[in-house]
Amino acid sequence: MENKKIYLDYAASAPVDTRVLKVMTECCKYKFGNTMSIHSFGQEAKLILEESREKVAKLMRAKPNEIIFTSSATESNNLALKGIAFANKSRGKHIVISSIEHPCVMESAKWLERQGFEITKLPVDKYGLVDPKNVEKAIKENTILVSVIHASNEIGTIQPIEEIGKICKAKGVYFHTDAAQSFGKIPINVNKMNIDLLTASSHKMYGPKGVGCLFVREGVKIEPILHGGGQENGLRSSTINVPAIFGFAKACEICGKEMEKEAKRLTKLRDKLIKGVLAIEDSHLNGHPTKRLPNNANFWFSFVEGESLAIQLDLHGIAVSTGSACSSIKLEPSHVLLAIGLKPQEAHGSLRISLGRWTTEKDINYLLKVLPTIIKQLRKISPFKHG
Amino acid sequence: MDKFGPYTKELIEHFQNPRNFGKIKNPDGAGQVGNVVCGDVMYLYIKVGKNKKGEEIIKDVKFETYGCAAAIGTSSVVTDLAKGKNLKEALEITNDKIVKKLGGLPPIKVHCSVLAVDALAEAIFDYLSKNQKPIPESLQKKHEKIKGEKEIIEERYKEWRK
Repeated sequence: MENKKIYLDYAASAPVDTRVLKVMTECCKYKFGNTMSIHSFGQEAKLILEESREKVAKLMRAKPNEIIFTSSATESNNLALKGIAFANKSRGKHIVISSIEHPCVMESAKWLERQGFEITKLPVDKYGLVDPKNVEKAIKENTILVSVIHASNEIGTIQPIEEIGKICKAKGVYFHTDAAQSFGKIPINVNKMNIDLLTASSHKMYGPKGVGCLFVREGVKIEPILHGGGQENGLRSSTINVPAIFGFAKACEICGKEMEKEAKRLTKLRDKLIKGVLAIEDSHLNGHPTKRLPNNANFWFSFVEGESLAIQLDLHGIAVSTGSACSSIKLEPSHVLLAIGLKPQEAHGSLRISLGRWTTEKDINYLLKVLPTIIKQLRKISPFKHG
Repeated sequence: MDKFGPYTKELIEHFQNPRNFGKIKNPDGAGQVGNVVCGDVMYLYIKVGKNKKGEEIIKDVKFETYGCAAAIGTSSVVTDLAKGKNLKEALEITNDKIVKKLGGLPPIKVHCSVLAVDALAEAIFDYLSKNQKPIPESLQKKHEKIKGEKEIIEERYKEWRK
């Protein structure tokens, strides 16, 4: 067992880049004012806020005034769904989502259903892809919003967002995408992709936790869910978390500069990992072989269960995650894995390995060395077919 | 290290070095149970012998488990506790005893210890019924309760069975 710990769960969260930490520390110390204050402390903080807004907007080719800072991707997704629903209910009460959304979209939709809205869940194919034709078919006279996750947090599949956006634009329906996993990792252009609302998260891209944003295209009708002092253009009242936002913006700046090179590096490592893991008997890849995030790999292994696999890897110093029912607080297998057609027992043996800025080839080699042995051991204990 | 993730060091110890895992060829009794919600499955095999007092005892016991660290750990503990005990004592092993032996289990994992106790009970039931021996009423009741769930699990994993 090696002493060094290897973190391969970047899709869950990532450490803050030291370059980000540095600007945040300065900001906490010296730019602590409340952006609503009239004095110089407040106005300096306000400048930082607006400078940050520009940086975040730039990475998705949006206008600065189209960025609403929030506390998390969950809040952004809640604001997008509930805010659009309540502002546009006179036009219609039908919302279309995919069946592989993050729980915060799923649960927001479920809640809206209880408030009298109608929800259509689009199916996905075995790779987790939404067929744009199905989006077109699902849109009705009373549809107000389509929300499709850009890249799956579990299986990494990247959706044909541009095509879906085009359909929504032609039909005059708002289009929202949850880009919590993709923003900063692959290029996003809200104009080219015809996106009206986009959710982004800071801590998945080496910024601090507790901050995210919602891009809201100019002219989109949306209601706030937090009412108060009127910050963020009245769409999100709360004292502005300037240091976190400043950190988020720095993280965007770094990702913007390094994205191309980093995506190439990670894709190479990911493909090495996939090739190596699939050499294990009775192992299967979840998600699309190429249309996937550069940093995501997801598998399922026959005859073994994912939680015991993840714990065993942790005991070997490797941190990963699983969609197994055993690791869920609801004791249910991942809805994403079921949506791509996996049987519960197949989802039960799933493992998500997500790479990041500090993942090296050595880390992948070590994982590929220990994983086959661990699977073999667990299969020995399993009552099912031995590997 | 007192804890590892959500688990106690005792559980991790059993998970990493499970006692009595594997199969018994021609067992005197076999129990196969599963949890339809989470999907975990346990097979437990026993060999019955006699002690000096002439009582029937669990001479040997082995398990095979498909499931989380808690499922594997509790299986290991139940076999440890059952080995050498007479059948009456073995049936008195409760899931609380397993949890205690492990220094605790996360609440959401307590059902794993229930599964381990059920697997043992089913193996003893199998032995008693195969040999036309009297079956305690409580064991009969337990068996009826487990049966329904077992059928669903058997159907689910039929392609995987060895």
